[in-house]
Amino acid sequence: MKIIVCVKQVPDTWAEKRLDPATSRLDRASGDAVLNELDEYAVEEALRIAEATAGSVTVVTMGPERAAEALRKTLQMGADAAVHLLDERLAGSDAVGTSYALATLLAAREFDLVLLGSESTDARTSLLPAMLAERLGLPQMTFAAQVEVDPVARTVRIHRQTEAGYDVVEGSMPAVVSVVEKINEPRYPSFKGIMAAKKKPLETVSLADAGIDPEQVGGDHAWSAVVDFAQRPPRGAGVVVSDDGQAAHQLADFLAAEKLL
Amino acid sequence: MAAGEPVAVHRVLERDLPSAEAVELLSLVTEIARDQMAPRVTDDERHARFPRDVFDVLGRSGLFGLPYPEQYGGAGQPYQVYLQVLEELSRTWLAVGLGLSVHTLACFPLASFGTTEQRQEWLPHMLDGTRLGAYALSEAHSGSDAAALSTRAVADPAGEGYTVTGAKSWITHGGYADFYTVMARTSDEGPRGISAFLVEAGTEGLSAAAPERKMGMSASPTAQLLLDGVRVPARRRIGAEGQGFPIALAGLDTGRLGIAACAVGLAQAGLDAAVGWARSRRQFGRRIIDNEGLGFQLADMAASVASARATYLDAARRRDRGLRFSTEAAVAKLIATDAAMSVTSSAVGVFGGYGYVEDYPVERYLREAKVLQIVEGTNQVQRLVIARGLAGSADPQPAPANGFGSAAG
Ligand SMILES: Cc1cc2nc3c(=O)[nH]c(=O)nc-3n(C[C@H](O)[C@H](O)[C@H](O)COP(=O)(O)OP(=O)(O)OC[C@H]3O[C@@H](n4cnc5c(N)ncnc54)[C@H](O)[C@@H]3O)c2cc1C
Ligand SMILES: Cc1cc2nc3c(=O)[nH]c(=O)nc-3n(C[C@H](O)[C@H](O)[C@H](O)COP(=O)(O)OP(=O)(O)OC[C@H]3O[C@@H](n4cnc5c(N)ncnc54)[C@H](O)[C@@H]3O)c2cc1C
Repeated sequence: MKIIVCVKQVPDTWAEKRLDPATSRLDRASGDAVLNELDEYAVEEALRIAEATAGSVTVVTMGPERAAEALRKTLQMGADAAVHLLDERLAGSDAVGTSYALATLLAAREFDLVLLGSESTDARTSLLPAMLAERLGLPQMTFAAQVEVDPVARTVRIHRQTEAGYDVVEGSMPAVVSVVEKINEPRYPSFKGIMAAKKKPLETVSLADAGIDPEQVGGDHAWSAVVDFAQRPPRGAGVVVSDDGQAAHQLADFLAAEKLL
Repeated sequence: MAAGEPVAVHRVLERDLPSAEAVELLSLVTEIARDQMAPRVTDDERHARFPRDVFDVLGRSGLFGLPYPEQYGGAGQPYQVYLQVLEELSRTWLAVGLGLSVHTLACFPLASFGTTEQRQEWLPHMLDGTRLGAYALSEAHSGSDAAALSTRAVADPAGEGYTVTGAKSWITHGGYADFYTVMARTSDEGPRGISAFLVEAGTEGLSAAAPERKMGMSASPTAQLLLDGVRVPARRRIGAEGQGFPIALAGLDTGRLGIAACAVGLAQAGLDAAVGWARSRRQFGRRIIDNEGLGFQLADMAASVASARATYLDAARRRDRGLRFSTEAAVAKLIATDAAMSVTSSAVGVFGGYGYVEDYPVERYLREAKVLQIVEGTNQVQRLVIARGLAGSADPQPAPANGFGSAAG
């Protein structure tokens, strides 16, 4: 089976994030950048499926130059090849533009399954999987906590996580699947993986290479724009409840007042 | 507790590394330490729980054979890289860094003195990350004077194997390891009467006592290893009969570098914590770090850490280039473990009362530092090695007499 995984490089979740007042965009230059955590789960799932079906895993990202680091990490984990969609004119793309660019890139390639994380930790729209499936005209199977493929029948069946439990959803391949954290425990790269990754193909693709219309991507063509933003107010001091016999009531009242109960 | 601001986060150190793959290796190790070790070190140390599963993660990541040849499943990395991995692990959890150092030491005799057949047969299994090693030299009555050991290996008349009987003391991973490199006496000729053996866990007659209750590094099991008529096939003897002591000493030269690297990691942890605290703790209306007296103390701590790191890396780079490094390794062990002791002690001081309680890790660092001055040759023994070098008798061939102060792993 041929599997494509879409991954995003995001600012380190451990670092404080900052919007750039000049552009209203996330300041991506300051601080460390990492592979979006949920995308590690998508890569892990792809590797497991590929291992079980003697398949291959190609990882795709759209992002600035340093996003190649995220691709390299997936190669170290065991992915076979990587494609980096890199072009200055992509900067500032919204979810509509991003999904158009990725869909155009993917449409020209052969695959049985596209895997994604269900959400990025920076923009967190969770829109990409659905938009990508729609643009590619493929079954959309999101929030998978379990994925089973039948390469002979060419079907994929997932446990779609819901608030109450899960739904079992089945679709035909090729399909677009997004995964949640529960699905697996991603592996770390190994030293052998680090060495092997050096020899794996990492292809850099421009808009022209991929046949992407520059008029449909980038900040200037985005359908949504950030008009204004403000810092989250600093956390308040909090209330200390000391137990004089009434603490449980006070805690319950607090939770009820915050609509947490 | 009303401690003021939280302690600063773990900084990523910019290291001097020789290759791009080494940089990636260190960043992998930092990630594993942050995600898999940091969240549980306090609790596991408090409850003396050996984190075997953390070693499994390290093993799967290919860290069990870093300095050994790729042809046997090692990573073929120079010592200056392998040791910085130990340093980074120890910075988060000494028991893990030291444990990996002991495992690597346990593989050393086979990797360096085994025959090609022996290496081909066993080394890949020892390096593939699934099996953990231990190094059994010390005994209750022979510590610094390791050549006085009395565990016996009696050869069968047919020459097919040995029957080993005795008790080893202070064995890191004792009872938890999958294989043991054991030094035992095959004749009464003092240091020339010792041989090295590779003994599988689970061999009949091999058992471990309950782990010692230590003042620190409680998550690393240290136990007596009992050998009661353990049968070891002749092909599991490493090197010639009587070559065991020089093999043990060669292992310790390298093992000492490991302890030095662990000590620098621990000292760095103490420094990080102290700096984090001193930047946020306020007294007399300003941050305590803004008092010159305290700032200078932190400067001395930073200087100790940096010079200890430079010292072990110098010894490691000599080793990597094939130069003599035995004296330099002893110097590194002495300097680095003394640095760990003084830096962690100062860190407790910088925290004031908060340093003396279990809510912060610095009291643990202080308790942990002490063991590093003792293992793999006490620091007096390191001075002995250095002094012997100065006196012009450093060559371990022929094997040194009793009292040479070889010291155990
Ligand atoms: C209010 C707002 C303003 C924004 N402004 C800007 C801006 O000015 N400039 C700018 O660059 N971005 C901006 N963004 C971000 C941009 O819209 C998104 O990064 C992008 O469209 C992808 O959406 P997402 O990160 O929410 O992905 P999600 O839909 O949450 O991600 C789901 C999955 O899609 C995949 N995926 C996501 N992004 C990529 C990618 N680039 N390549 C490959 N796979 C991917 C991953 O598998 C991921 O786990 C903004 C977002 C918001 C909410
Ligand atoms: C936590 C822990 C883990 C260990 N792990 C291992 C292991 O995995 N494998 C193993 O084989 N061993 C291990 N050891 C044993 C360790 O190597 C010995 O404890 C160490 O070599 C010292 O030996 P000793 O305890 O017998 O002390 P002794 O040799 O009795 O020394 C007592 C004191 O006398 C001093 N002294 C001795 N001889 C001289 C001399 N000639 N000149 C000056 N001073 C001298 C010493 O420096 C020390 O201060 C471990 C020990 C500990 C505490």
